[in-house]
Amino acid sequence: MRQHTLWRRRGTLVLVLLCLLLTGCSSALLDPKGQVGIEQRSLILTSFGLMLIVVIPVIAMTILFGWRYRRSNSVAKYLPDWAHSNWIEAAVWTVPCLIIAVLAFLTWQTSHSLDPHKPLESNTATMEIQAVALDWKWLFIYPEQGIASVNELAFPVDTPVRFRVSSGSVMNAFFIPHLGSQIYAMAGMDNDVHLVADKVGTYPGRSTNYSGAGFSGMTFEAHVTTPAEFDEWVAGVRASSEILTYPEGYSELAKPSEYHPVEYFSAVSPELYESILLSFGGHGASGDVGHGEHGGHREAPGDALHESHSEVNELESASSAHHQAAIGHVTNQHASEDRAMSGYPTSVEAGG
Amino acid sequence: MFGKLTLDAIPYHEPIIMVVAAFMAIGGIALLGALTYYRKWGWLWHEWFTSVDHKKLGIMYFVVALVMLLRGFADAIMMRTQLAMAAGGAAGYLPPEHYDQIFTAHGVIMIFFVAMPMVIGLMNLVVPLQIGARDVAFPFLNNLSFWLFAVSAVLVNISLVVGEFAKTGWLAYAPLSGIEFSPGVGVDYWIWALQISGVGTTLTGINFFVTILKMRTKGMTMFRMPIFTWTSLCANVLIIASFPILTATVALLTLDRYFGMHFFTNDFGGNMMMYVNLIWAWGHPEVYILILPAFGVFSEVIATFARKRLFGYNTMVWATVAITLLSFIVWLHHFFTMGAGANVNAFFGIMTMIIAIPTGVKVFNWLFTIFRGSLELTSPVLWTLGFIITFTLGGMTGVMLAVPAANFVLHNSLFVIAHFHNVIIGGVVFGMMAGLTYWFPKAFGFTLSEKWGKRSFWCWFIGFYVAFMPLYVLSFFGAVRRMQSYANPEWQPWMILAWVGAVIIMMGIACTIIQFWVSIRDRKQNADITGDPWHGRTLEWSTSSPAPFYNFARLPEVGDIDSFWSQKQRSKEQLEDAPYTDIHMPRNTVAGPIISVFALVLGFALVWHIWWLAAVGALGVVASFLARVFNDDIDYYVPAAEVERIEREHQQRLEAQA
Repeated sequence: MRQHTLWRRRGTLVLVLLCLLLTGCSSALLDPKGQVGIEQRSLILTSFGLMLIVVIPVIAMTILFGWRYRRSNSVAKYLPDWAHSNWIEAAVWTVPCLIIAVLAFLTWQTSHSLDPHKPLESNTATMEIQAVALDWKWLFIYPEQGIASVNELAFPVDTPVRFRVSSGSVMNAFFIPHLGSQIYAMAGMDNDVHLVADKVGTYPGRSTNYSGAGFSGMTFEAHVTTPAEFDEWVAGVRASSEILTYPEGYSELAKPSEYHPVEYFSAVSPELYESILLSFGGHGASGDVGHGEHGGHREAPGDALHESHSEVNELESASSAHHQAAIGHVTNQHASEDRAMSGYPTSVEAGG
Repeated sequence: MFGKLTLDAIPYHEPIIMVVAAFMAIGGIALLGALTYYRKWGWLWHEWFTSVDHKKLGIMYFVVALVMLLRGFADAIMMRTQLAMAAGGAAGYLPPEHYDQIFTAHGVIMIFFVAMPMVIGLMNLVVPLQIGARDVAFPFLNNLSFWLFAVSAVLVNISLVVGEFAKTGWLAYAPLSGIEFSPGVGVDYWIWALQISGVGTTLTGINFFVTILKMRTKGMTMFRMPIFTWTSLCANVLIIASFPILTATVALLTLDRYFGMHFFTNDFGGNMMMYVNLIWAWGHPEVYILILPAFGVFSEVIATFARKRLFGYNTMVWATVAITLLSFIVWLHHFFTMGAGANVNAFFGIMTMIIAIPTGVKVFNWLFTIFRGSLELTSPVLWTLGFIITFTLGGMTGVMLAVPAANFVLHNSLFVIAHFHNVIIGGVVFGMMAGLTYWFPKAFGFTLSEKWGKRSFWCWFIGFYVAFMPLYVLSFFGAVRRMQSYANPEWQPWMILAWVGAVIIMMGIACTIIQFWVSIRDRKQNADITGDPWHGRTLEWSTSSPAPFYNFARLPEVGDIDSFWSQKQRSKEQLEDAPYTDIHMPRNTVAGPIISVFALVLGFALVWHIWWLAAVGALGVVASFLARVFNDDIDYYVPAAEVERIEREHQQRLEAQA
């Protein structure tokens, strides 16, 4: 009787897993629309399959042993002092070790090949879009086009995009499930993730890291378009009468709002993204001018790794001494290996 | 005069809170009235509140934990109801302001005020008995630990009706938890509840570490210790090593909030990534503090009910030690998406997977303990078999999350929620339920109803899968944690299914309550006369049930793993006729409750910036602690004649019942 119920449980479980696979055709992670997402799907399915090598026997053994060696079964062997077997011990250590060895190899490979900071290989030039998390909306800045939008994203199909991601408020995370990797958005930190879409369509995007009352509404649509449609979209944004100035317009936009409607800005202040980054480190020009005034910032020692490649550092050297301690850089090299780990906010790592 | 505290702090306009508060008030008044009517205050104070008896403290930990479980579960069912409703533009019935407090409170309560006290309560009840000791190394500190924990639970509950709780998630990530983004008192309640209970937990860690190392009975070498004691030892090592990190991290956040400092703020060189690193440097060992003792429970249960020695004892011990060490070098897997480089992510990913190896070995050891055993399918065994299946699945999803490149799409999604409930419900909750049923007769002298225990198991087991499998599915559609509402109406059927699962789990909790009721009603029929109702293997079963306050009239001697079992296999000759001796015991103390009440006053005053009251609380803590320090009258001897009388009475009772 109990056995039957156990089997019924297993059956339900298998059904649920099947559902998961069957509904895969419409799910974001199992039906990805870009190279990064496709590789991540196969990684998820591979690791799932490898783990099943252990999981299925364990579940089968639990049910079989539990039934076979039940007290009421007088046929089964009972050896109360049998508690050791070299063969079994060897097997139960070796099999998991082998599986984990394979997984570890896979982990090392994919951690590098799918490193979000690594540019994607493509014949098409990489496009840059800057994403800034605000309370509670996303500001997308197109530095090459000199435009910006709120809660709507558009980019051409088959064009690798480097999203530079930061925050004007608390921590968030930038994620378009159909395309793959997410990355944290943190104030004063210049993070990045490289994504590409290989199918035209509209994909939902959102913040995944809880950021306060308006978090649930921090969603946006990512329009993956043909090049021509993208030009049309850009033209549409340029037709907007709104422009985004810094600091005034930005401060206004940065005020908390929930379920913010889509907005277009036909022009933005130059170096807007960099200014937002700087606003947390020096006495930048944003809303925090007040306490920035006497900013006795820490002067971190120069970091050789970062000094040479930094476009932003160059920008800074032209700027006031205060700004030197304010901002790091991000380069395309993944020489910035341990950036987030060792550097902490860029305000600490750059400078003098 | 009252700092930030005004009458506006009481949320009159929130009907849900007011109804809950009314129920709590009615329940509280009924309890206090009953205590007064039956004149039980003195009994409660002298026999329980001031007791330093580890068994009574263990029971009190469990009582508070079960009450808090109801509170934490009420939060859970409110969240599931909200998400079952708030699809496709619907707002549901909980505004973000309220919903955000609920998911924060649910996490904080379930981890700090349910799982931790259950684990610590079980260690209290069992460890000294298993190692043949008469109490813990520091009995007064044990009482103090309990009370610091209990007043913290009170502080969390006060936040329900006075002010608000944190709206930050259970780990209060900065800078959201900083004063700029969380100006209310919610985070301050979180801070002081964690700090006060954290002191208690740290003291417990030290106490049990010393107890296990120094107070084992004659002949019990380290490698003869029962596995539950081993896992408790490792959990306490983790407590000692990790809780100071939590204390320091929360203290830095406190400096940010109270003194305008900038450890974790956005500006002035503050570093929110440092906060996330530090909190998880504590947080990851914390989950092993919870799961290791649960592993210990399963080891005891399975060996006892299979009537067979635990398979691979040495392997089991070394696997536990390996997990203990590894648990300190995996914390970064909680934030692979922060943007660390590939080498860093790969290192922490691989370290995390390596933990799966000793864990897998443990699972196989349990299975081979059943193999060629004679397994009695009692409710603790059902919890154990349910654990093996559920935990293995949870381990699998854990390894999937540990692959950084896969984590990049799974992080912060409902996959994570499903995964950790998979291991915490399947591991810790099932373990604590098994342990509760298994050791209940040792604490109270009668067994729990098997019928209702099994019903509770099936409700929890089925309810878990119905509640959490949909979350795995939803994560593949891009659903994330901590959403108060969602736009996509296709998610709603899965959310409703998850709600049904939560209701089934609620029935499991109801079965447990009925189980207590029925078992207490039928305690005469279910009396454990022998002290060894399960035909146990370890020392706790060699003394009577409930164990006398001195645990063992004569300290046992140990010559083997499972020494009580082997002793039963031989004859019952030894020790029986040896003379009783005086027993050295600690005196009860009023210091624990008094210090803790002052700590509660201090915490409450600091939350509301009532500085004079904070000074009163702080001075009270120091003064009552000093009073205790200078009190020399803290121990006494139970005369041999008294021991003999108690033992003889026990014998007569046994003969009468038999």
